[in-house]
Amino acid sequence: MATLEAPLVATPAPRSRRRPDWVVLSTGTVIALLVLMAVFAPLLAPDNPDYANILATNQGPSAAHLLGTDSFGRDLLSRLIYGVRLSLLGPALIILIATLVGTVLAILSAWYGGWFDRVVSRAADILFAFPGLIFAMLAVAMFGPGLVAPVVALSISYTPYLMRVIRAEALRQRNLPYVAACYVGGLSVRTICTRHILRNVMPLLVVQAALSFGYALVDLAAVSYLGLGVQPPTPEWGVMVSTGQSAILAGHPQESLLAGLMIVITVVAFNLLGDRLASRQKGTVRP
Amino acid sequence: MWKVIGERAVSLVVTLLVASVGIYGALFLAPGNPATLLAGGHATPAVLATIERTEHLNEPFFTRYWDWLVGVLHGNLGQSFVYREPVTTLLAGRVGNTVFLVLYAATLIIAGGVVLGLLAALDRRAGAAITVLTSVGLGIPSFVAAIALITVFSVKLGWFPVFGSGTGLLSQLWHLTLPAVALAISWTAYTAQLTKAAVREELGREHVETARSRGISRRHVILRHVLRNAMIPITTVSGLTVAGLIAGDVVVEQAFGINGLGSFLVQSTLQKDFASVQAVSLILVATFVIVNGLVDLWSLVLDPRLRTGRA
Repeated sequence: MATLEAPLVATPAPRSRRRPDWVVLSTGTVIALLVLMAVFAPLLAPDNPDYANILATNQGPSAAHLLGTDSFGRDLLSRLIYGVRLSLLGPALIILIATLVGTVLAILSAWYGGWFDRVVSRAADILFAFPGLIFAMLAVAMFGPGLVAPVVALSISYTPYLMRVIRAEALRQRNLPYVAACYVGGLSVRTICTRHILRNVMPLLVVQAALSFGYALVDLAAVSYLGLGVQPPTPEWGVMVSTGQSAILAGHPQESLLAGLMIVITVVAFNLLGDRLASRQKGTVRP
Repeated sequence: MWKVIGERAVSLVVTLLVASVGIYGALFLAPGNPATLLAGGHATPAVLATIERTEHLNEPFFTRYWDWLVGVLHGNLGQSFVYREPVTTLLAGRVGNTVFLVLYAATLIIAGGVVLGLLAALDRRAGAAITVLTSVGLGIPSFVAAIALITVFSVKLGWFPVFGSGTGLLSQLWHLTLPAVALAISWTAYTAQLTKAAVREELGREHVETARSRGISRRHVILRHVLRNAMIPITTVSGLTVAGLIAGDVVVEQAFGINGLGSFLVQSTLQKDFASVQAVSLILVATFVIVNGLVDLWSLVLDPRLRTGRA
């Protein structure tokens, strides 16, 4: 995961001595903190997230439980901290797979054109017909609930978005004189594609991945909220919004609301960062 | 223009056909015996034999697909072996709620999004506030919005019912207000951002300058010259909004316990009622593709430059 996050935070490092970009700094900090929370969850969590206590259910904030407890008497803060792990890992996998597959297809399409390009573009058009969530539910109906089926399905449905944007840029690069120069200079197609074209579409790729991350997180959390993804009692934000819902009527909305808040904070951070980076980068598209 | 429309219609039909092959084929791509899958996982050999016979599972794939497709086109969406009823019967009472909810949300999105976006583009001070609001709004998933709305407006204030969809127009409006708002929030923010950008861009164009210099009233310039052109990009991406509404509808119906297509899809998936999952997925995907096609057509009407098929 660090490999995905690192460039997002590092890219906007002050190249010139202009004043710092507060949006990038603050959202980058939030994301870095979330990643640290995921990595060091066992150290940061005050309590065992699975330890239930029937004598202390739905408690408000106290010294023992800073954010209170859920309907099983489990410490909410600990569950939220442990929840970062799966809540970020899922979308990170989706974006990683979609970016990898999308980039390879995009560069191959841009380089070879012809029937290969047409087939790939047509397949992308057809995949666009499936809203990601519907595709994920179909996959769950086929392979059963859990993290694997929705992650694979959402990876497939995010690929065409990334593929299209990168293909357009790769096509632009391919027609630039330096590519022709490389070709004449006797460089292999593989070298030109990986060393030159890929490297030049990289900034766009990173921005597009950041922009898509929030959407992938929402889709995956929704799948878990519906009971089709991560299964309770595993701590994950979408699951927590769902399991906390029955306590709302009894006047204890904290589990659902806090988990929902974590989702909103994370998604807004990624969206703002992505938007800001995108405004410096032509050709990006919001999924 | 007719050539462009014809081309789009052909590509729409091809997309629908391939999508339907995918949805039908999912039954055979899934691990396990298709008959077991249709039966919902637990079935006696006698039941499995019956399903294999009635569904013609022993015939070649495209023969079965063709029979299924002809059935679908005649309004026969298959048999739910979990409920032991035709899927069409199961859906009949549910479609109304879903259509009502989605149209309600779409109205909120279009009205709210365009007004907020226009305001943000025309008034600097309101613009800053709206930009912050829409940035946050964009990051609120429908199910989180649903939880927050239920907590505040149903439980704390008691203004709206916690779940259900009501009967009769007024009761339905009342029951579906919170769900529609939950469904609309992030897309209203999206539409507002888009409208703002489009209006800003249009305001800087020369034809606007010309119109102003000719002494045409500000109101007239904005409504007839700016907004009309700005509607083109807004319309073009409203296809995305439709996809979002279809996916969001599934989640919101489940959150508010509304008896519609979306919650039926979730329950069918949980109960492994494969025939129902296929039927509802097909309906949702087809709706999305067809509405998107209509949006495309509508942008042809709005933007004559597209009609040549070159722009």
